[in-house]
Amino acid sequence: MYLKHALRAATALTFVATAAAHAQSITIATVNNGDMIRMQGYTDKFTEATGVEVEWVTLEENVLRQRVTTDITTKGGQFDIMTIGMYETPIWGANGWLVPLDGLSEEYDVGDILPAMSGGLSHDGTLYAAPFYGESSMIMYRTDLMEKAGMEMPEAPSWQFIKEAAAAMTDRDADINGICLRGKAGWGEGGAFITAMSNSFGARWFDEDWKPQFDQPEWSDTLNFYVEMMTESGPAGYATNGFNENLSLFQQGKCGMWIDATVAASFVTNPDDSTVADSVGFALAPDTGLGKRSNWLWAWALAIPAGTQQEDAAKQFIEWATSKDYIELVAENEGWANVPPGARSSLYENPEYQKVPFAKMTLDSILSADPNNPTVKPVPYVGIQFAAIPEFAGIATQVSQEFSAVYAGQQTVEEALAKAQAFTAEEMEAAGY
Amino acid sequence: MTRVVTTRRKSLNTAFAWGVGLLIFFPILWTILTSFKTEAQAIASPPLFLNFNWTLENYAIVQERSDYMRFLWNSVIIAGGSTLLGVIIAVPAAWAMAFVPSKRTKDILLWMLSTKMLPAVGVLYPIYLLFIRLGLLDTRGGLVVVLMLINLPIIVWMLYTYFREIPGEILEAARMDGATLKEEILYVLTPMAIPGIASTVLLNFILAWNEAFWTLNLTAVDAAPLTAFIASYSSPEGLFFAKLSAASTMAIAPILILGWFSQKQLVRGLTFGAVK
Repeated sequence: MYLKHALRAATALTFVATAAAHAQSITIATVNNGDMIRMQGYTDKFTEATGVEVEWVTLEENVLRQRVTTDITTKGGQFDIMTIGMYETPIWGANGWLVPLDGLSEEYDVGDILPAMSGGLSHDGTLYAAPFYGESSMIMYRTDLMEKAGMEMPEAPSWQFIKEAAAAMTDRDADINGICLRGKAGWGEGGAFITAMSNSFGARWFDEDWKPQFDQPEWSDTLNFYVEMMTESGPAGYATNGFNENLSLFQQGKCGMWIDATVAASFVTNPDDSTVADSVGFALAPDTGLGKRSNWLWAWALAIPAGTQQEDAAKQFIEWATSKDYIELVAENEGWANVPPGARSSLYENPEYQKVPFAKMTLDSILSADPNNPTVKPVPYVGIQFAAIPEFAGIATQVSQEFSAVYAGQQTVEEALAKAQAFTAEEMEAAGY
Repeated sequence: MTRVVTTRRKSLNTAFAWGVGLLIFFPILWTILTSFKTEAQAIASPPLFLNFNWTLENYAIVQERSDYMRFLWNSVIIAGGSTLLGVIIAVPAAWAMAFVPSKRTKDILLWMLSTKMLPAVGVLYPIYLLFIRLGLLDTRGGLVVVLMLINLPIIVWMLYTYFREIPGEILEAARMDGATLKEEILYVLTPMAIPGIASTVLLNFILAWNEAFWTLNLTAVDAAPLTAFIASYSSPEGLFFAKLSAASTMAIAPILILGWFSQKQLVRGLTFGAVK
């Protein structure tokens, strides 16, 4: 009898042990933002359907970037999926550090991914990361203040109009700044904004021979225009304002206009956090009539590092997390305004999503961004608010620090541009360009 | 008259000390207050001090999103383990330097301290590669060793300073009574240096608890301590200050309580030998 019980227990234990040994688990490194956190909440559904356990490592953007870069360059194998952006994907894909995302299922419908997104996340036509959400930049403005100023925002305004409107909306006594823009140092902060803005002024980072272009008049025009407008109508201390600082100012009703990521639209129209939620309008990022607008393009995407032991499970997860079904799952539970935007064409064809106030402008902004032809004059690089070369992050961080010093009144535009030109030329030469 | 002046001076000194204390504590107080605000209140301008609707919402969100106890346990193991290992190695080292100095002792001490001058990121890749080879990535054991090595110069220096205050004659007497080296260190030196060792242990525990570079770069899931827990609540796009403050308060609470209860020992140890 005892022997029978013992045998049964041993058999049960063997089954449990075998199941445990076979239970697959993947580790995902990701960034802390609303959409990613929401996805973590739905992970159980994926595990239920596939039996694959998911471990999340959520980090702040800069820490994440350093962490995944260290791991992938040393083949550390800590992560089976990494959340990376449009800057890293083509570079890492070209280096063979990522698993190509080919052979995705028919139901996944890879052709449904917005072309601007799949283009920015590919190298030589091969997709290396699937966009979880995408964004461009656009103007968010206070409709009440615009009306009070006696002006009307066009759907596609010029920089000159924005400057005049900003001056008209500014009311220093009421603590209202006509315009809030990023000035904070960092290639992904103020650097991204001024680069995208410079595109609309005809400037570029490098010419076709990779020669830096900060000594050209277009860059001087961009910076002088920016500084003049911000001095006249921007908030005090704008040199240290990034996305979150401007979001906070706008939500408290202290900005007439804010030009920033399209993803901010859901924050400024959320009545729980924003005091101006019911009086926000949207327009395309401004231009100067040269044929390029000043909006950027970015996507947070999921990629599989080469060498992972869990390639199939990782691919399975990416298919689930970036699928049409996932978007519907979120919409069903949390409403259409909370689905991850900017990745799939079908989302913008959905009549329910078309009712979201910022949906159309987000799509128009994304569609008007072309990372392969980002500037008025030809350039040898891909990327709108960045140049997709490994040296860019380091160089642009330094250059944006010089620009922030101008915004803080510590040096002139000419001095900053001269330093940017010298530094960039030196770094590019050292890198063998 | 003299008494009046002394009392006034005492009051002034007390007020000044409280002022400085509050100034130093203010960022922590602000973090704690922010953790009870909504995200909108956290960024309100002018800032709200006490007159806001207190909420525990952020703590509830943090509890729901993260396995706090796992991070806490990892912090305890990593900080405790590295401190313990460091003291075990540093006591004999400091004994040798304090009581059997050679003409190179001072140089060795300075060289040990100079290792602290190297920016950590400078050795990130070699250490990372070493960890991959040894299979130590995302293990508490690996972090215990790294943090012990990082803090070892400070432990040795502190213990060396305390040991120098102990008269060598006492150890000599113990030797004359037949004590072996092990007995001399364990039963004579260590009990006399308890205040110094205690403050060294506390200080290094705090340093290891707060270490954020290596603990973020060498961990992922299994060994991630509270520094990783905090890092997961900072966001480049979106409001996060209230939730981040709640996470920070939860991360510093254990060490704050520990410091509060052991402050007497800590002050005694830090001022050991300072006033003769």
